Amino acid sequence: MNTTERKLVRMMADTFLKLDHIKKYFGGVKALKGVSLEVRSGEIHCLAGENGCGKSTLIKVISGAHDATEGEIYIEGSKIDKLTPIESIRLGIQVIYQDFAVFPNLSVAENIAMNRALMTGNKKMNWKEARELALQAMEQIGAHMDPDVLVERLSVANKQMVAICRAIINDAKLLILDEPTTALTANEVEKLNTIIRNLKAKGMAIVIVNHKLDEIYKIADRLTILRNGENVATGMITEFDRARFVKCMTGHEVADTIYRPEPSDEEIVKVENLTKKGAFEQVSFCVKKGDMLGITGLLGSGRGEIGDALFGIAPAEEGVITLNGKKIEIHSIQDAMQHKIGYVPEDRLTQGLFMNRSICQNTVAASIAKYLGKMGLNHNKMKEITNYWIKTIGCAAPSAEATMRTLSGGNAQKMVIAKWLNTEPSLLILNGPTVGVDVGSKADIHAILHNLAKKGIGVIIISDDLNELIHNCNKLIIMKNGRTSGVLETGDMSEAELTGLLNSGM
Amino acid sequence: MSKKVKHILATNEAIVVYIIIALCTLIGIVNPAFFGVSTVITLSRAMLITLIFATCEMIVIISGGIDVSFPAVACIAMYSTIRFLLAFEIDSPVIAYLCVSVIGLLFGALNAYLIAKIKLPPLIATLGVSSVANGATLAFLGTKEISNIPEKIDALSKVFILSYTNPQGITYQLTVMFLIPLCMILAAFYILKYTMLGRGIYAIGGDKNAARIAGFNVTKIQFIVYMTSGLFAGIGGLTYTILMRQASPQSLMGSEMMVIAAVVVGGTRITGGHGTMIGTVLGVLLIAIVQNNLIMLGIPTHYQTFVVGLIIVIGTSITSLRAKKIANSAKV
Repeated sequence: MNTTERKLVRMMADTFLKLDHIKKYFGGVKALKGVSLEVRSGEIHCLAGENGCGKSTLIKVISGAHDATEGEIYIEGSKIDKLTPIESIRLGIQVIYQDFAVFPNLSVAENIAMNRALMTGNKKMNWKEARELALQAMEQIGAHMDPDVLVERLSVANKQMVAICRAIINDAKLLILDEPTTALTANEVEKLNTIIRNLKAKGMAIVIVNHKLDEIYKIADRLTILRNGENVATGMITEFDRARFVKCMTGHEVADTIYRPEPSDEEIVKVENLTKKGAFEQVSFCVKKGDMLGITGLLGSGRGEIGDALFGIAPAEEGVITLNGKKIEIHSIQDAMQHKIGYVPEDRLTQGLFMNRSICQNTVAASIAKYLGKMGLNHNKMKEITNYWIKTIGCAAPSAEATMRTLSGGNAQKMVIAKWLNTEPSLLILNGPTVGVDVGSKADIHAILHNLAKKGIGVIIISDDLNELIHNCNKLIIMKNGRTSGVLETGDMSEAELTGLLNSGM
Repeated sequence: MSKKVKHILATNEAIVVYIIIALCTLIGIVNPAFFGVSTVITLSRAMLITLIFATCEMIVIISGGIDVSFPAVACIAMYSTIRFLLAFEIDSPVIAYLCVSVIGLLFGALNAYLIAKIKLPPLIATLGVSSVANGATLAFLGTKEISNIPEKIDALSKVFILSYTNPQGITYQLTVMFLIPLCMILAAFYILKYTMLGRGIYAIGGDKNAARIAGFNVTKIQFIVYMTSGLFAGIGGLTYTILMRQASPQSLMGSEMMVIAAVVVGGTRITGGHGTMIGTVLGVLLIAIVQNNLIMLGIPTHYQTFVVGLIIVIGTSITSLRAKKIANSAKV
């Protein structure tokens, strides 16, 4: 063993960061109730937990943005009395936030070099040095970008690369990534994982916040699970099987139910040769009573466009749609709503919800006409129905009047679905129904959808979460470059098989 | 390298240059006298005040804000200073400029406080301050036009740095005041491009939150930006008075739209984060040419506003369409 190797081995065993019974209270709210965490150099440590479990608060304590109410922080063995943001960076802690916090209007080089310049307190901007620094950082992680291009022109994955480059040039010893994969395609996640492993090999400690089980299993060495502001379990990833993992996260067992309905002859929706030039061609399928139809494909395959077409956002040019035995034509969103079609869009923050309005107003947004009486809007009735849905759909909301923003991702998504259920739809199309939704709420949402399908409401799920599709859809369409595979029966298809189909030429 | 040249030829600045060249060629064909030293001098003189205001407005817009209060701030700073100097019989250009600077800085600080601390939207804050400043001028300082500017200050209008007599014997002179916008432009160019403060202004215009996380002092930068704007406005106001040789409490009111237009035509995005000093100078030049030389094409004076309007609409549309194209183009 040569010295560098020995050094590496020693480093791997070194604890870089140790948190001891960290408590953080916001007024009366206990966000963290005594969390302990140990992160070693040269390991990939996953921090998992449902929405609202305190992950973000914990990260903010580590980054110095929040002061811990109680508890001790040790970095490289020495106790830190007061951790400020700038102190945290000096000690080698770098956080990459979900939105990356990059500057879209500045060049790649400047984005990467800016933090260094700020840290050293430079008053001057040295463009040549910035460029060199950027190229160096990109070489380190194997990224290839033109340093002079503006960041607004980069893909999400490359913006993340910029954020990583920026983090590592400051001699980072601990890199924290907050939900790094939410906006990435499968290929991009793979690439990111390679980079993370490389950084780990260099002896960096890495903390990844995530709640997607599959991704955690692929990358993590060790795992800490938080629930309700407490750490419930920590250990090597190998000690956790799926069942234990989910149980630790949710606090109860969530069985992997597979939804396979009784065959039925009653046709709910029939779509024949639906075509929109440049988006998709000759799409045909039929949803019978009880069926859950999944539509999948890589980004840009036309999978989302089918949903947009059926809901009239970007109507199809050709094709026949039959809903409950009646031929219908959809040229606009108004047409779609008149025919009782509901659409849960991909991005609930910007397309599905009015974040600053109350839950009540959100719930009746698509069915407001029902509450218009002779004397104006019937607010009591609106409130009643909202409370009914909050209860029926299992949403953890403080009241009907609370603003949407106060709900976690999972609960907010439930209310988007409730909004459409309140229109008594015949067909509900959901685009990415469980994106950014935690495991517990995910199972709830799936159960709601199963019930709808059984009642005879057509349910179409557009998703790239293969696990979700296999467990919930008995019929599946794979899209590729706007062309369809035709309807496949999922039967007992495995995720690996589906991945194969997705990436094959079909 | 050819890729880089291609890139430069397609920048916003380049497009404005094309329009200016086309316009100049057109005017030059109709009236060959347009190409001459005399045009350079008259245009420089015509651009002088607009350049001062455009420079500070550009900095504000890059930082993600807007300032519509500068004409009112310029007026109150200049008018109260002249009243003060006359009342105490002080006749010193230095004190005059010092006075307008202080008043300008104070109003800038007020804008900054409302925007950075109370978090008012910049348009509302500066609209309010504009109204307050203008109202105060009229209510407390009077509405009279003052033409007996103190002698030494007034004398500045007759100091020239450039003189040119054309063959017909008409003399064209460039006032020494032109050095003021020149210095401002050079300083703004250097600060925006080569200092961390300048890059911080771009950074907060791009994403305020990201700037905060990166470690910029967003509040401090906003204070610097709006106070600079107030300072430039005050200096611009006094300069205008010296050139006009009279102080009027309302003279500059209403000039904000034209200045913002010049800035935006020069490629500065109204949403913040983008813009260059060179672009702004070109934008001001383009509008000055239209305002001053369109008459050489036989276009009646009252059509000027119409043509300036057209240029603003078309010019900003080009910028906006390009931004949209970038947003929709394939990402790299």
